[in-house]
Parts: sequence; C-alpha cells; structure tokens
Amino acid sequence: MRIRLCIARLAVPVVAAAILLFAAGRGSVASAQQAPAVGVEVKIDNFSFGPAAITVAAGTTVTWTNRDDIPHTVVSDDKVFKSKVLDTDEKFSYTFTKPGTYPYFCSVHPKMTGKVIVQ
Amino acid sequence: MTKKTKDEILYDHNHDGIDRRGFLKCMAWAGTGTLCVMQGGVLKSFALDRGSDPGAAAANGELSFVQISDSHMGFNKPANTDVLGTFQAAVDKINGLSTPPEFLLHTGDISHLSKPEEFDHVDQILKSTGKQTFFVPGEHDVLNDDGQQFRERYGKGSKGAGWYSFDQKGVHFVGLVNVMNLKAGGLGSLGHDQLEWLEDDVKHLKSSTPIVVFAHIPLWTVYPDWGWGTEDSAQALAYLKKFGSVTVLNGHIHQIMQKVEGNVTFHTAASTAFPQPEPGKAPSPGPMTVPADQLRSYLGITNVNYVQGQHALAVVDSKLG
Repeated sequence: MRIRLCIARLAVPVVAAAILLFAAGRGSVASAQQAPAVGVEVKIDNFSFGPAAITVAAGTTVTWTNRDDIPHTVVSDDKVFKSKVLDTDEKFSYTFTKPGTYPYFCSVHPKMTGKVIVQ
Repeated sequence: MTKKTKDEILYDHNHDGIDRRGFLKCMAWAGTGTLCVMQGGVLKSFALDRGSDPGAAAANGELSFVQISDSHMGFNKPANTDVLGTFQAAVDKINGLSTPPEFLLHTGDISHLSKPEEFDHVDQILKSTGKQTFFVPGEHDVLNDDGQQFRERYGKGSKGAGWYSFDQKGVHFVGLVNVMNLKAGGLGSLGHDQLEWLEDDVKHLKSSTPIVVFAHIPLWTVYPDWGWGTEDSAQALAYLKKFGSVTVLNGHIHQIMQKVEGNVTFHTAASTAFPQPEPGKAPSPGPMTVPADQLRSYLGITNVNYVQGQHALAVVDSKLG
C-alpha cells in the first residue's frame, strides 16, 4: 500500500518533469529551426574577415574572433553595431534579430569589409 | 665620416635655382643614407656610411628637426617583442646627433591600443631629448574614443580632430589628421572642415615660404589595396600649389618611400617598432617578422635640415642598427 502511494506521489512530479522536459525539448528544437543553437563564427586574420559574406537566420548570434597579430574592429556601415578595438584573441558578438543585409568594416583598416545577410 | 661623391649636379632648366633632375637622382639614393644639401643653388650629395651621424652635415643648415614615427607602444608580437627598447634606441640616436634637432615631429601610431600607459611610456622616453615633440595621431591612437584622449594629451591649441600649424625659422609647419571618420572600403581622409581650415591657414603666406606638412597616412597614393593613401589629399595639395617648396612627411607604412612631384617632396618614415612588407609583396600589410639580428636595420629615424634661402629641405633617413 505504502509503496504504491510513494510511487504514485513520485510519479506525478516525475511525469510532470518529463512533460516539462519534453516541452522544453520541443521548444528548443522549434527554435533551432529558427536559429542554430550554436552561434556563427567569423575569423579575423591577415587583414580580412573570413568568411567575408555570411547568411544567417534571424536570431543568430555572430561572433568575430581576432586571430590576427594586429588589432581590428567590427563596425556596421549603418551604425547598427560597433565593437570596441579587438586585440589578438579578443571577441565581439552581435545577435541579428531583424532580416536584412548588414555590411560592416574594420574602422582601423577600412579596406577590410564584410557582410552579414540575415534571412 | 662623410665622403663627397663625384657628382656636383648643375641643371637649372627652370631657371629658378632648383636642380630638380639632380634632386630626383639624389632622392633615389637617399634610402641608403645620402645627404642632399642645396648650397648656393647647387645640389651636392654626400654618401653617408651606415651608422654614421647624419647630423654632422646639418651643421651648415639653419633648421634641423627629426621625424619619428609608428612607435606602436604596447605591441608585443613576434615582429618585435621589445618596442620600448627600440623606441629608446631611436631616442638615444637622436640624443647622439652632433647637431641636436630643434624639435621632433611624431607622425602617429604613438600607441598600439590607445592605452594611457602606452602614451605614458612614449612621453617618458621622449623627455630625455629635452625638446618639444609635435604629434599627429595614427589610427591606433584614436581607438574607442574618437581621439579624445589624444587631443587631451597632445592637441592643445589644435582644431577639430587635432590639426594645427606653427612656424619655425621661417618654415611653416602644418599637422594634419587623416585617420578619423574612415569610410568602409576607403582610404585616409582629411574631411571638409580640415580642408577649409588649411586653405585659410596658408592663404596669406608668401609663396617663398617653405612648407612642411606632416600627417600619419601618406598624402599620396602609395598602394590603395592596402589603404595606403588619402582620398581627398589632392584638394589639400591644390591649396599648396603656389609654394616653391613643400615637404610632406608621413608614416603609417613602416618603410621609407619618397616621391618628388613638382615642388612637392613626399617622404614616409620607417617605424621604430616593426617593418611592414613592400606594396603587394605579401598577402596583407601586417607586421613583417625578420631575423632578430636584422630588425634594427628595418627601423629608423629621419633627420630634416633646412637652409634658409634654399628651396628644398634635406631629408636623411638613418637606421637604428
């Protein structure tokens, strides 16, 4: 008797937890279809952004990492985002929520340009 | 010791006392350490041995100053892990000149990351010269704050982003800023306000006034793919067209380059921190690592001498080692 009650008492929260987990799992799968669970990386090296042009889904976080031996910045042409100066191994991230095309450049070396297309 | 070469060049086709052909020939040698001095309308060239004192011949000149550039205090990558040491060596060389300069010009990239301690180190080392240094910023000096810190430290009396002019012994010096408001895909930029100021600043000067312009990024197009040029410099040079002698001193490219165009002599200085590749000789213009025992031969200072009444200034580069 007592054991059955215990199991019953346990079962509810366990089942509830399972339902919640399942729902959360469903939720994250759903959002994974809208934006990847892992962000997108852009490497800065040899005075260039690599890849120079990327296409991502709305909600994606893009992370730039400076692998060059000279500092660089990541600055949107249209003033949408602007990093502080990044020395070697420093990073800058920005989450793109609105679809559109976002050209950017390095304000220290303006010949370095890149583009993020958000769909 | 200096030894006089055979050439005493005497071409004066324009009848204005300027021996352009000889000067051009002389400037082509200058990278190896040649002093070209105008004396009595005649251009004389003196070959200097490596490591010799470029200030000795300046004893005949009336104004002598030194250009120093691209100290990048704070840089610590393989191309030079001791930029403080090489900057000290450059200042030691200046302090060792037999004719001390009247003042110094620093053509920018004083710091590497615009950090206060980086500027402090440079200021500390320059104190030993006992001379004033006039600065213009490089792009590394105006990170994060649109140059506010630079102007607070070095921009007293300057206008706008930090441009200004001053006179010394009849020579008019103009410090320009071409590292602000850079546009995507673009080159260096002077901007409308600064150009208007420049036009006004030189308007009333006699055309016989020698002009020295100093700015960080070259004011002529050295190599556009790497951003080595200033998109609106033609307008600035147009305002200086009337002058018989214009010397443009720049930095940024970390190597010595010269060009003579009419009355204008363009010159870029070596860095005291690290060399960069020649245009197109590498995938990108980043720091160039050379064998450690050769590093100082790629770094240097520039000595400039003006003899009153003569047209061209004598520009002499000397290596650190």
